[in-house]
Amino acid sequence: MSTSDILWTLLSLFFIGLAYFATFAFVAGLLWRLYGYLRTPMPLPHSLTPAPKTEGGAVLRVLGDVTLFPNLFKADKWLWAGAWIFHAALVSVLFRHLRYFTYPVPGIVLYMEPVALFFGILFGVAALFLFWRRLGLPRTLYISNIPDYFILVLLGLVAATGLMVSYWMHVNIVDVKSFILGLMTFRLVEVPRHPLFLLHLFFILVLMIYFPFSKLMHAGGIIFSPSRHQPFQVQVRGKRYKNPVERY
Amino acid sequence: MAKFDETPIIKDPAVKGELRPPKIREHASAEVKCHPSKPKDTAAINLPSELVPDWQERAIARFGELLDKNQALRVYMDACVRCGACTDKCQFFLGTGDPQNFPVARAELMRKVYRRYFTPAGLVPGLGDAADFDEEMLQKWYTYFYQCSECRRCSVFCPYGIDTAEITAAAREIMASIGISTKYVTEVVAKVYETGNNLGIPPLAWIDNSEFLAEDMEEITGLPIQFPVDEEGADILLIPPSADNFANTDTMIGYGKLFHFLGVSWTTSTYCNEAGNFGLFLNFENLQKVNQRMLEAGRQLGAKTIIWGECGHAWRAGILTPTLSGSMDDFDPPYPYHISQYIVDMFRKGAFEGHIDKSANDEFLVTYHDPCNSARAGNLLDEPREIIRNTCNRFVEMPRNTIRENTFCCGAGGGLLTDELMPIRMAGGKPRAEAVKYTQANYLATVCAICKAQLPELMKYWEVPVQVGGVIDLLANSLKLK
Ligand code: SF4
Ligand code: SF4
Repeated sequence: MSTSDILWTLLSLFFIGLAYFATFAFVAGLLWRLYGYLRTPMPLPHSLTPAPKTEGGAVLRVLGDVTLFPNLFKADKWLWAGAWIFHAALVSVLFRHLRYFTYPVPGIVLYMEPVALFFGILFGVAALFLFWRRLGLPRTLYISNIPDYFILVLLGLVAATGLMVSYWMHVNIVDVKSFILGLMTFRLVEVPRHPLFLLHLFFILVLMIYFPFSKLMHAGGIIFSPSRHQPFQVQVRGKRYKNPVERY
Repeated sequence: MAKFDETPIIKDPAVKGELRPPKIREHASAEVKCHPSKPKDTAAINLPSELVPDWQERAIARFGELLDKNQALRVYMDACVRCGACTDKCQFFLGTGDPQNFPVARAELMRKVYRRYFTPAGLVPGLGDAADFDEEMLQKWYTYFYQCSECRRCSVFCPYGIDTAEITAAAREIMASIGISTKYVTEVVAKVYETGNNLGIPPLAWIDNSEFLAEDMEEITGLPIQFPVDEEGADILLIPPSADNFANTDTMIGYGKLFHFLGVSWTTSTYCNEAGNFGLFLNFENLQKVNQRMLEAGRQLGAKTIIWGECGHAWRAGILTPTLSGSMDDFDPPYPYHISQYIVDMFRKGAFEGHIDKSANDEFLVTYHDPCNSARAGNLLDEPREIIRNTCNRFVEMPRNTIRENTFCCGAGGGLLTDELMPIRMAGGKPRAEAVKYTQANYLATVCAICKAQLPELMKYWEVPVQVGGVIDLLANSLKLK
């Protein structure tokens, strides 16, 4: 075995270890945090009015929040546009990544192929816009701190390296796929020998580890926000909201 | 009085009242603080009267308890992405320019401490944006969590509905538990236990006032309009804000005329003649204790229905009654019942048919100020408007961005209605004053006793010539009594 082979083997071991660790941290961390939200009671009815009167209505309100960001739209149109495009592009790009995780690849993922570049670029541009906005407005500059920049830079790097390995310094897709399917089936497969791809992978794994402990938990928090998910039922007979907390 | 930037905030009121946020001025309102509580008051309401020796540990322990008991607090500690959408939404930032009054910056005071003691970020405070709960932080808490009126306006614009009011309430709860609270709030709560109301009116004076009002009415109208007190077996127990029997007597007269007209038996109670609940601004224990008095009063007198009078935060706490104080099934539904809802129900039943003379209010161009509490925490948006439309010919709305769920706090809610906070109150009320000025109304109607105390001073300060009064006052004006 040449020295380079040894190096690649070591790198492979490192990435395989990191990938499993990151997946564990991400899944366990996320579940643990979500369970924390779920388990924590709300001592008082807390709906923001005007509010839906029924549980169904409240679910719709939350669904609306998750998909359309109506409050943001009311608050700041530019921010809304930036944030919505950012998230929509992110979802599209993530969805497209299914082609690396599935075999055979579902048809719909393949149909996306022609517009994939567009979403990738859109995501990067939106991230840049959000970054600029943080620095450019005195109000957001004041409230922004290291974690806020860190997360945007990290996402930007993920996007940039991802676009590069897909459209410029191509990585061998067959290698990527066999590596990932290897991880998923617990077989040891060497990492693709492509430094830029490894960088892309590295940033993603860091992101996964960081996720449950960061403001990225807004992705879960949005579902558990009492001001949004509680219907306003204070005057409905038989719907007395009982305080689940023994002693506050 | 500290001067803040006085350039108008509302850009183009005619369109919808878009806002022009002021320039940031760091520490602009850092020196405006409440007076600390007096030991005699804190003793009366079961709180330590001075900073306890091991305050840091106790505060963090209490914080941890609350995180386990309050979903809102737990979620809101994590969910904020610091997008900044709320930064120009709080009237206290708009008025003072102090960036610590951004809802997000206010909440971050608590989040920094949260991250320090409850998340891995606490291991690397600088990188993780975490901070110790030290003397300096405590001072910031004391200042800025008492420059928030818990109005929930920020919540309307936050993509996750993060309610800074909930965070402020938790911070106050923690501070109260280690011996830090404000004179105004603790004094008021102590007075409730002593006299039954926030103003400290003793029972005899309450009875006197009520009799005096009845005599006055007899003289003016020639009708036996009564203001019964402690009348057992009355159908309705009215719990007004005590200020109605004292400062806003027109509102009290309104209740009297209304019930006289409808011919129902009603009463107030000297055990509980205060709908307002300052426990809401202090801690859960007192919120609950004050609330329990209302049901107790209702049961003592054997009332069939309890009606809450015109007060914003009273209604916010009032709707919590079945949760705080147990089932209300022994009273007639609907409950809790607000006076505005009651009046609207009567209108719909046709009780006033042919007895309303709208032209009696023609001298008024009326506009309506949504109290933050009744609008955003009590769902009371249409009822007051329906009453006004039914009793007045001339009604105008303020710009869209400043009413209904977007309403601005008068500037003195949340336990801020105290003299030493005057600079904050006048600054915080600025958007409201501007919006009223735009309408050129000469009658500013509202359904909140705190607003009714704050708004006249505010309008004088910002030179808006308008009279402030209740919604029920307008009804009483237009009602052809029999
Ligand atoms: S709008 Fe909500 S998420 Fe955005 S900074 Fe304010 S509190 Fe945080
Ligand atoms: S609750 Fe009201 S006063 Fe408090 S931060 Fe939010 S907008 Fe400002």
